[in-house]
Amino acid sequence: MKAASKQEKPKLDQVIRIVLVALLIIFTFVCENYIGEYPKRVIMLCAIYVIMAIGLNIIFGFTGMFSLGHYGFMMIGAYVAVILSLPPEQKQAIYYVTGIEPWLANIEVNYFLGIIIGGLVSALVAVLIGFPILKSLNDDYLGIATLGFAEIVRVVINNLITITNGPLGIKGLPAFINIYWCFGFAALTVLFAVRLNRVSTGRVFKSIRDNEIAAEACGIHLVGYKVLSFALGSFFAGIGGALLGYWTATIDPKMFSQVQNFMVLMIIVTGGRGNITGTVIMSFVITFGMEWLRFVEEPIKIFGMHFQGIPGTRMLVFSLLLLFIILKFQKGVFGIKEFTVSSLYTRPKFLDRFIKAKEGKSDETK
Amino acid sequence: MSLFLQNFINGISLGSMYALIAIGYTMVYGILRLINFAHSNIFTVGAFIAFVFSATLGIHWAFAYLLAIIITALVGRLTEMIAYRPLRDAPRISVLISAIAVSYILENLLVMIFGGRPKSFPRPAMFDFVLDIGSIRLPVINIVIILSTVFFLAVLLLILYRTKSGRAMRAMSMDFDTARLMGVNVDQIVAITFVIGSSLAAVAGILVANKFPQINPYMAATYGNKAFVAAVVGGIGSVQGAAIGGVCLGLLEILFVALFPSLSGYRDAIAFLALIVVLLYKPTGLMGAGGKVKV
Repeated sequence: MKAASKQEKPKLDQVIRIVLVALLIIFTFVCENYIGEYPKRVIMLCAIYVIMAIGLNIIFGFTGMFSLGHYGFMMIGAYVAVILSLPPEQKQAIYYVTGIEPWLANIEVNYFLGIIIGGLVSALVAVLIGFPILKSLNDDYLGIATLGFAEIVRVVINNLITITNGPLGIKGLPAFINIYWCFGFAALTVLFAVRLNRVSTGRVFKSIRDNEIAAEACGIHLVGYKVLSFALGSFFAGIGGALLGYWTATIDPKMFSQVQNFMVLMIIVTGGRGNITGTVIMSFVITFGMEWLRFVEEPIKIFGMHFQGIPGTRMLVFSLLLLFIILKFQKGVFGIKEFTVSSLYTRPKFLDRFIKAKEGKSDETK
Repeated sequence: MSLFLQNFINGISLGSMYALIAIGYTMVYGILRLINFAHSNIFTVGAFIAFVFSATLGIHWAFAYLLAIIITALVGRLTEMIAYRPLRDAPRISVLISAIAVSYILENLLVMIFGGRPKSFPRPAMFDFVLDIGSIRLPVINIVIILSTVFFLAVLLLILYRTKSGRAMRAMSMDFDTARLMGVNVDQIVAITFVIGSSLAAVAGILVANKFPQINPYMAATYGNKAFVAAVVGGIGSVQGAAIGGVCLGLLEILFVALFPSLSGYRDAIAFLALIVVLLYKPTGLMGAGGKVKV
């Protein structure tokens, strides 16, 4: 039936797709050239969170592996990308305390390659620790083990001073990053996730999430697919981390912490687990929300009375809102509804029934 | 030798504090299968309330600490009522996010009220001197920490194994639903669990504040993470395991620094390394019961 509906209106789909891509390009162009510096940076941050959130969504949303150590891979990606791409003269200046390892001193690759290598190294590390950890651990234990791993990464970075410059961090990174970089990477990430959702590998991931034992009984190589999913997610974490490093123009071991991990986890859970549409939308909503909430810490005047802003209020209000969302929408705001091109012209009623049927099915399997 | 003994006692006193926090984590996890991220912040809240009573209001330290323990227990109970009880039948990840939100709320409330800068904590003069036994220098506070941990652990075990609520708790950690069917008042027992866990966290908070006479709203993360590691290493859900795990981690950390001073920068990694090693060889922890997966 699906194939039939695909054949009915393939042209319309194609046209809408092209229009959407064009709109996105126009949007990025407008953002890059016609809006102020501050909103531009916020929009870039949104796109970076999309990348990192989709990374964790592959691990947690698709495959159901609970990871609290996503920020460890962000750290690895950021450090690898930055160290590889930094011009040698600048390295001399930055590593003034202990000097830099000689084999690193003269390496300089271009930024794009550096970011990709950052992602790849993250993925490689994920494979190396993935095999032992994913083989024997599940659920919360996995979460804690990954958290432990990320903390170990931080301590190691703190101590390998000749490679990472230790607690001082690397400051004054070149500010080359712009809307195109962030949206380009984000678009590729989303595209990849959407494809992954449709090919057999993605379905294997979801079968592992829904019932691991049944999946294994069907002949799925459990550990192999888990490691694959972990590595893919960590790849995007590395890329997101590298972009975040360039966005901040400085990296140090304290920059990445559980805060980022929780942000990303919140994005996924409020958007609906395994839901790409939800992840993208919530990345924007939550990042914008965090920025917008800055007003509560500014001095305000109410009825002629002057209130001094109190630091900490922003996170408090944010957490209260989050608590409200979690109590109100237990399956995420978007549940399992995905945006598709055809949903633009299909009757919503049909869509509703389709979703209900799908929900019924997924309940049965549990 | 005397140096070893001194480090040994240091390690045990550090480990006792981990153990006290770990017990709260492990009890809540045993019953609700929830990593209570807010627990480490309850620990900070305890230290700050004690600070308010003993430093700001100038109450005698014994009363101040007692009040702090009681109020912290109530705060813990309150968080359970507001943030976890409505989610009892929700997916576990939602409860976890809720716990994270509570953790941020508590941390930022403290930042709002007290500011982010460290505050010096008034240590009672009684705990302030150092014993010299032969060549060993022994701060009295270390002994106080160890003794009070032993005391509270004994009380807790009495509650767990000699009272009706204790039996109900153990039943619920074995099988939540069956315990409910057998007539256990689930909400009440969960509330009691939070009260016990939070009061122990408050004790730990006060002890930490006394040992390093300084407190700040962000100290939750360091101690909380390691205490949670202790709970997992000991076997999550088991109170004895949490105590043993805590002491082991404290010893490991101190002895590692004592034996390899050049690697002392890696001090914070050693707990997590131990965690991963233990999890790989015994995924349910040292004292944990091996749960079988039912198909």
